[in-house]
Amino acid sequence: MIRVSSDLAARLKKEEGFNAGSCFHCGTCTALCPLGYKILPRKLFREAMLGLGDEVRASIPQIFSCLLCRMCEANCPQGVRIAENMRTLRCLITREDFDLT
Amino acid sequence: MPIPIAPILGIFADNVRQRGSVLPLSKRTATGWARGLDLPRGGETVLYTGHMYQMVPAIEAMSSQLALLENSFLTRFFGLGRLVNKLVSLSFFMSLVASPKKARRSNQVLRDIVGLLRDAGIEFGYLYEDEFYAGPLLYDNGLDEAFGRHARRVAAHLKKLGVRRLITVDPHTTKMFRRAYPHFVKDFDIEVQNYLEVLAEKHPKAVAPVNGEVVVHDSCVYARYENIAEQPRELLRAAGLAVREPKLAAKSTHCCGGPIESLFPSEAHRISGNRVDQLEAEGKNVVTMCPFCWVNLGKAAGNRLVINDIASTLAACRRKASAGR
Ligand code: SF4
Ligand code: SF4
Repeated sequence: MIRVSSDLAARLKKEEGFNAGSCFHCGTCTALCPLGYKILPRKLFREAMLGLGDEVRASIPQIFSCLLCRMCEANCPQGVRIAENMRTLRCLITREDFDLT
Repeated sequence: MPIPIAPILGIFADNVRQRGSVLPLSKRTATGWARGLDLPRGGETVLYTGHMYQMVPAIEAMSSQLALLENSFLTRFFGLGRLVNKLVSLSFFMSLVASPKKARRSNQVLRDIVGLLRDAGIEFGYLYEDEFYAGPLLYDNGLDEAFGRHARRVAAHLKKLGVRRLITVDPHTTKMFRRAYPHFVKDFDIEVQNYLEVLAEKHPKAVAPVNGEVVVHDSCVYARYENIAEQPRELLRAAGLAVREPKLAAKSTHCCGGPIESLFPSEAHRISGNRVDQLEAEGKNVVTMCPFCWVNLGKAAGNRLVINDIASTLAACRRKASAGR
């Protein structure tokens, strides 16, 4: 069962690892990602920042399949810490949805 | 059904809490590689394996088992598996089906690292059974509470043993101690250097004329987190090898798929297959620098490539050069 965390956006603001506000949707990250997931990471971060918990949770497999390889990040013109953002989303999910502490 | 994420992560966390590692190894498996090397116990500077090379055979066996389970009805029972694992370590049984040949080869990588450091005049000890897994699978999967607890335990233990400097041998352990521990452990001040950095700092002179070539596969973690890309090339050239670069190399290296091997085996295999194609376009002899790149690319390549760890490659060149002198 997936639980909804209504204050996702507020919680992400507090996470020092999460920075996605400067993304201007150029698509460089998507083009370079070895996984080739179309939603990653731009759409996902936007949903997370808007607090759309259900949408974010629908991407749990993609969030956990990110390789944290930083191929995207090394080429992001806006310096978005994409891999750390993915890890931060994992932290929230393992804590709040998987009950793993 | 795909492999369920929560129970697998639960097993990782339980194993670290109860047994000190995501993949608990017997004392013999963890330390047997050092037999006969006369490494001093402990000291201020220690070689730190983090059990990563020792895990290679068990990881290979485990990922093959998980790949068979992916999309089967058995995935429904993973929750039950977690409960059973609390009582008996399931990963221990996986290690029983691990390949002894792979174990010999990965132990030899560690022995070769010791030989290279000794040749370079570096003095160090080893912690034997006092060495612990550093926690990368917890950290990378966002299990921060479990990771933090483990990191503090490991750091306190190192402090108690009087360790001041770690020489790490793999990218993931290096990244943990350099990037994650300082965030989770108050006043973590142990110096951390990777053995490739230590060796390259000695500015090795060429020991032999160029007598072969290798295609280099960089680890993403070394190249993009730890800034280790030039050092391995310098060492390979000094050992008498021509270095060939695949299309994506150094800071632009392509992942081997290893990080998602346990949760998404088919995706991992697709990614390693893509990387094998890129490497093969440059040559057949490939050098890796991470135990997981070695396993994953090896599985995907089959007989198409000859893949060796950089330590074994460097050690073989030195042996050849001294035999020819
Ligand atoms: S590369 Fe950076 S700026 Fe461009 S879409 Fe991706 S995250 Fe946004
Ligand atoms: S860090 Fe994740 S999102 Fe970025 S390129 Fe690698 S796999 Fe893709």
